[in-house]
Amino acid sequence: MTASRAQRWNLWAGMITAVTIVFAVIWAFPLYWAVVSSLKPEDEVVRPYIELWPETLTFQHYIHAVTATQIGTWYLNSIVVAVGVTVICVFTSMLCGYALSQMRFPGRTALWWIILASFMVPTQALIINHFELIADLGLVNTWAGIILPQLIHPVIIIVYKQFFDQVPRDFREAALMDNASEFGILFKVYLPMNWGVTTALSIVCFIWTWNAFLWPFLSVTRTEMMTVTVGITQVNDAFGVYYARELAAAVLAGLPVALAYLFFQRRVTEAITLSAGIKG
Amino acid sequence: MLQDRRKDLLIALALIAPFVAIYALVFAYPTIQMFRISFTDAPLIGTGKWVGIANYTRLDNDPLFRRAVWNTLYFVALTVIPGTLIALLIALGVSRLAGRLQALVLALFFLPYILPVSVVYLIWDWTLNFQFGIAMHVLDWLGIPRVPVTKSRTWFMPAVAWVTIWWTAGFSILLFLAGMRAIPAEIYEAAELDNASRWTTFRRITWPLLRPVTALVLTIQLILQFKIFDQVYLFSIGGRPNDNMVLVYYIFNKAFQQNQGGRAAAVAVTLFVIIVVIAVLQFQLLRLAGRQRQ
Repeated sequence: MTASRAQRWNLWAGMITAVTIVFAVIWAFPLYWAVVSSLKPEDEVVRPYIELWPETLTFQHYIHAVTATQIGTWYLNSIVVAVGVTVICVFTSMLCGYALSQMRFPGRTALWWIILASFMVPTQALIINHFELIADLGLVNTWAGIILPQLIHPVIIIVYKQFFDQVPRDFREAALMDNASEFGILFKVYLPMNWGVTTALSIVCFIWTWNAFLWPFLSVTRTEMMTVTVGITQVNDAFGVYYARELAAAVLAGLPVALAYLFFQRRVTEAITLSAGIKG
Repeated sequence: MLQDRRKDLLIALALIAPFVAIYALVFAYPTIQMFRISFTDAPLIGTGKWVGIANYTRLDNDPLFRRAVWNTLYFVALTVIPGTLIALLIALGVSRLAGRLQALVLALFFLPYILPVSVVYLIWDWTLNFQFGIAMHVLDWLGIPRVPVTKSRTWFMPAVAWVTIWWTAGFSILLFLAGMRAIPAEIYEAAELDNASRWTTFRRITWPLLRPVTALVLTIQLILQFKIFDQVYLFSIGGRPNDNMVLVYYIFNKAFQQNQGGRAAAVAVTLFVIIVVIAVLQFQLLRLAGRQRQ
């Protein structure tokens, strides 16, 4: 009696596992399908039946994307913008998070509440005034114009403050005894102790910025200033639709973030859970 | 001593100054400007005359605005609860796996979330392509007539909602898994000793203990989906954007395509207020959840 019950349990468990795995494969299938289609010649792509692997494997669409479109320029724009936002954002947030966590100054509580409150504001509502600001500063169609409104990620300050709060106070007091400056303490004690969270936040900030669509789309009107995520949707071939070419461009646009995720899987998931307000 | 304290204050100010400067320039100032120009007839760039609350009152008779509100609510209804449920089911499945298999399966579910929206759009535009899309082959097998999904008035929003769920589920799955990991194993062991069935275990242990995370996922989704624009815009290229109008699209349309900054700002303020109200509720929920955990 107990044995058969245990068997039933195992059968159940096995079935749930199998269903989960099959579902995962189906879930990711469109990704696979897009990659495979981009490796087929255009006439194979439009065949009325399904071929899971190309008959003739070709990289012609990738070569076309790199040589005949502006994707190289868009890539450069994306890299400059994503690195710019990440470096400025993580650095300023770290400084601010340290001050909030370790120092006492008038207005500290107010600043903390302002940061928490700005967490709630939808930047999509600010697009009109961001554009006005960028236009007033003469930054439309520039890297600085794409970067500037994307520099607010209050969550990075919040996470930094949480991590700095957890560093035992003895470290700080010992360093102060040794006459270390605040900057020295931050860069020689607190930052090295929190390299993990710094890398994690930098990677997700890079991914967020690389993936941003609305603002880069609005702030740029010249094709050579577009980021890659905008560029691949805005420029089509003049004559007809080339599905495989579009998909090759899509694969190229998604590749850096997909690789960043696959290489730093644990760090990325850790940072994303942290950014939702759950401590890992 | 006094000098030390003044020095400390200066250092603190120096540390917060870069952030405060950026914040004032690209956050505080635009927010104030948004409220201000919503009471004027300003174009996208430049100043306008004060018109009081006219920009708000005329929204009432604007059929396009009504459609935007309706479509946004429809989209929220199609994504928030279904997306959360799907993510919960997937997370329950993934949590039973272990080791490398779990990492691999989680990666398969999570990978879409990491991709840019335009890549997601191109992948699904291809998958749902009326002539050659693989989804249409599936419909053929099932004997269902093909549908030009993204050109169809009926199927546009459900299709975009599905693509959005596919794209963002990874994030919710991650939060659910974190929530499940926080449940102590002893509780399950005790349940097993009591011969509790799988369903009872879920209903009496997993589900109640996951409630705070579920509330968090729901509110994050709610805020995220209210701000829908990218997918709707992209799937509307070459289609009928007016039928698929949503709130952010309306702001974009009025400000950037019709050069009516003031009228667009009135809608931006509306959206702003909606999101802030939801976010305040979320914050309260989180605080309650935090208290529960202690």
